[in-house]
Amino acid sequence: MRMWPMVGSYRAELLKLRKRSAVWVLFGAGLVLSLIFGYLLPYLGYVTGDDNPQTDGVPRAQVLQGMLPDHVLDNTIGGYPIFAGALALVLGAIVIGGEYAWGTLKTILTQRPGRGAVLASQFLALATMIVVWVLGIFVACALCSIGIAAAENGSMHWPGPLDLLRGLAGGWLVLMMWCLAGAVLAVAFRNVALPIGLGVVWILGIETLLAGVVSSLLPDLDVLSNALPGTNAGSLVFSVTGMVAGDAPPGVRDAVSGGRALLTLVAYCAIFAVLAAWTTRRRDVT
Amino acid sequence: MDALVEVTGLTKRYGDTLAVDGVDLTVLPGEVYGFLGPNGAGKTTTLRILTGLIAPTSGSVRVLGGSPGQSDVLRRTGSMIESPAFYPYLSGLDNLRLLAEYAAVPRQRIDEVLELVDLADRAKDRFSTYSLGMKQRLGVAAALLKDPELVILDEPTNGLDPAGMRDMRRLIRELGSGGRTVLLSSHLLGEVQQICDRVGIINSGRMVAEHNVEDLRGEQELVVRAAPRETAQSVLTDFLGTGTVHLYDDTLRVKVDPGRAAEVNRVLVEAGIAVSELHSTERALEDVFFELTTNEELSS
Repeated sequence: MRMWPMVGSYRAELLKLRKRSAVWVLFGAGLVLSLIFGYLLPYLGYVTGDDNPQTDGVPRAQVLQGMLPDHVLDNTIGGYPIFAGALALVLGAIVIGGEYAWGTLKTILTQRPGRGAVLASQFLALATMIVVWVLGIFVACALCSIGIAAAENGSMHWPGPLDLLRGLAGGWLVLMMWCLAGAVLAVAFRNVALPIGLGVVWILGIETLLAGVVSSLLPDLDVLSNALPGTNAGSLVFSVTGMVAGDAPPGVRDAVSGGRALLTLVAYCAIFAVLAAWTTRRRDVT
Repeated sequence: MDALVEVTGLTKRYGDTLAVDGVDLTVLPGEVYGFLGPNGAGKTTTLRILTGLIAPTSGSVRVLGGSPGQSDVLRRTGSMIESPAFYPYLSGLDNLRLLAEYAAVPRQRIDEVLELVDLADRAKDRFSTYSLGMKQRLGVAAALLKDPELVILDEPTNGLDPAGMRDMRRLIRELGSGGRTVLLSSHLLGEVQQICDRVGIINSGRMVAEHNVEDLRGEQELVVRAAPRETAQSVLTDFLGTGTVHLYDDTLRVKVDPGRAAEVNRVLVEAGIAVSELHSTERALEDVFFELTTNEELSS
């Protein structure tokens, strides 16, 4: 694949993403959810005292601790395996599925680049947009934690640069995996609505249900549930944030090791991308 | 002269349905080629194959010396297939900008094509706010963006008002006279007759004719309105020979060189027949089209 068609296609895809309001609405939803669950609700619990049900008997000092810069990664990527993951899946589905729904796939495939180059540039642009999401949520969380630390005379200690990089990269991988899942579903169904419906039901319902059933009723099938994308997404976030099991948000748990989760998520990304490319290259565009 | 588009034995099957059945088609450099056929005849399927959007089941297809869908072939081909499809949340200008990025076309070309299709004033409006005619014109602008050697337009006048249709016909004619090759599909026979050099007629997936427009329309005739009609027919048959005079509605159609109109008039008048109308006519492409497609349906 020559480099030139990729550069032009990549710029075209970025233009589409940048100007599409749905992309920013999804980003805004992820940002608001992170801030509400990471800072607003805990802070309200903190300022209203030990007896507030929000703190659930957790000492106020511990609640405050969770909002300080030292825990910025927990609040930035803690919601990625489930809630932000669902939003990333919607992003992949609307961007790729929109081409089928609007019939624009035929328009771009009759320009110069080949099908492989077009799809690769779409994935590259989505990867770039996910970087923007991750960094945007991180900056917002960092500003909140600085504000709370300043207001409550809390510690301004930050995780080390490598820890930050590892955490943000892990978060990016989790969102990218879900985004590619949405994209491959969109290619398979040549649609937007069905992939979103199936994907979101899978993330929010089926995976959690499966994990629950397996752990309580069928412990021998752990090997199956430990191979699921959501389980590995939660495990990767757990390992890069260093949360404690009882304190982790929904979907974040130590089901498998960080290394295994990383490899599994990379494998899922590769499988989703290859499936989407294979289908796109072979199928008639009608 | 090497053909720009050369299709031999092209077949496309969807399950049990044969959408295109052994089509042969040749488009020569610099010509405006009309691809005619009723709805569902296989025009759009053929054009999709030519642009690499769908793969043929069998047959050989060469476009600009290469295979459909190859990067170098796409670079030299501009197309609008079926209906113009663009991103509704982007302006017409942004839609062209991103197509220019895909195709590595300089920005200045965008302004040129917008002027060409008379859309410059509304270029910054969202595509979703465009009328059907404006969408169609943006589709043509996109097809011309690459300054292509071969332009493939599928029903380009769909949705245009009469003035828009006239402008589009003029534009297509200019493209042809400017050295570009245009392959145009349409079911509007008058349109094809006005702007095309050659036509191919497809029906039920099969090519039933491929000729110059003039050849297809065939020889000219004289239309004679005279009374009594039967006597006039008899007189003219005696004068010109058997098989040259036919009744058509309430007129006589006389297969004779229109230069002999005065002679025909004299013979009739001398026979005491009152001639109220006499003029030359040509078979319209519409007549040929219905003749060919009806014969095809009857024989199949």
